[in-house]
Amino acid sequence: MPEEIKAHITGVVFQLTTKPGDRVAAGDAVIVLESMKMEIPVEAPRAGAISEIRVREGQTVQEGDVIAVLE
Amino acid sequence: MIGTVLVANRGEIARRVFRACRQLGLKTVAVYSEADRGALHVRDADEAIAIGGAPARESYLNAERILEAARRARADALHPGYGFLSESWRFAEAVQGAGIVFIGPRPEAIRTMGDKIAARRLMAAAGVPVLPGSFEPVADVAAAEAVARDLGFPIILKAAAGGGGIGMARVDAPADLAPAFATAARRAHAAFGTGELYVERFLERPRHVEVQVFGDDSGNVVHLHERECSIQRRHQKLVEESPATNLPAPTKAGLTTAAVAGARAIGYTNAGTLEFLVDENGGFYFLEMNARLQVEHPVTEEVTGVDLVVAQLRVASGEPLPWRQDEIAQRRAAIECRVYAEDPSKGFLPSPGTVQRLELPSGEGIRIESGVEAGSTVSVHYDPLLLKLVVHGTTRQQALERMAEALDRCMIEGVRTTIPLLRRVVASDEFRRGRVHTQMLEQGAFNA
Repeated sequence: MPEEIKAHITGVVFQLTTKPGDRVAAGDAVIVLESMKMEIPVEAPRAGAISEIRVREGQTVQEGDVIAVLE
Repeated sequence: MIGTVLVANRGEIARRVFRACRQLGLKTVAVYSEADRGALHVRDADEAIAIGGAPARESYLNAERILEAARRARADALHPGYGFLSESWRFAEAVQGAGIVFIGPRPEAIRTMGDKIAARRLMAAAGVPVLPGSFEPVADVAAAEAVARDLGFPIILKAAAGGGGIGMARVDAPADLAPAFATAARRAHAAFGTGELYVERFLERPRHVEVQVFGDDSGNVVHLHERECSIQRRHQKLVEESPATNLPAPTKAGLTTAAVAGARAIGYTNAGTLEFLVDENGGFYFLEMNARLQVEHPVTEEVTGVDLVVAQLRVASGEPLPWRQDEIAQRRAAIECRVYAEDPSKGFLPSPGTVQRLELPSGEGIRIESGVEAGSTVSVHYDPLLLKLVVHGTTRQQALERMAEALDRCMIEGVRTTIPLLRRVVASDEFRRGRVHTQMLEQGAFNA
């Protein structure tokens, strides 16, 4: 069952720490956002494989935006 | 005397500097990013110049654009505020090279103090106590481990080009060193362009006490007493006060003497702050020097009655220090609370957005330094500091009562703020008794 991973804060995508095909454990950083001079990881809610990354570095995302999809 | 001052900053600090300029009859120039078009600091200035996009590197960190604005406005002086380019010696040098007075220390002093290892060496040579640790960068994990073995764990890794807690990592055991080293080096590299690290002994439950200093072109250096800044998260301050409570007299005397000696050793001019850690026995150790005006400077102003920013403008114009050491006394007690757009109930997660409602206290002993008003946008691109609430009292007790009441009367809606946490800090028995240390907030001392 694919699951959308959403940004929990508004920020700018600082770093993509995973790519499609990567396996992640629950709590792994999928991407890192930068907001107000802080680096904030968006974590995988459960273990699985990343099927899609929907953002690129430097892009502004709003709280609730889908940033990736977990297989 | 200088005539036109450009402030290369935004928010509350730009407004603070403009106020001092007006007091001296100086013309003011603001610069602003696309995100700050309607900001308060833009309206405060006599002239405002757009310098680029919302991301700081396109605007407030863009030295070229700022210098261009200064030339266009015929500014003959520039105040960097804090953050952004304030501690870039290259920027200070470029400002001077353009024939503009840099309101701050000489570029060489900024350069030396920006190199945290050079600063450690220099302070140690000047007789200022420093923490045991490395006086050279540690090249790799093995080098760090060799130093750590001598010191004993826990140790702390710090960025040689550091500041603001970036690239710092506590290490409790040899096995944790390699991953901590990698993370700290990566963070340091991202923030400062160099991943160089050094090692210091990690102090348990220290207090952060700093000393405000001021120097002029003739080599006069004075101190303006201490500020206690132990209430921190992520190595960044939330509450500051002066005088520091429960500071043994010999420690206080040692700190101010060391601060003046340290500032003299580098021929420091203008306003600066030497930061120290104080251990449970009253021993103190130099941490770093901030070669600029600090966020918490109003605490010192409220306690001593001096205007540090006006003094900065005068001294930068070539005037001598406006006070002798024996004229600077701690006349009152003052406390500052920093109101950040962060959610303290969620680990201080940033809370950008729009300020929907803003009601702030006023009255006897209350001073507000704010960069926002109702309707202001709090951008993801900048530091989350919204405003500073500063109170003074004849006694610390009076200042505490005033702060508690002032915080109760602060109403901010639209973004989450640190106010609920600040209320708990000021109400807590530990804070009231002055039993504070830098780790207590993150250890949960003020949790709801």
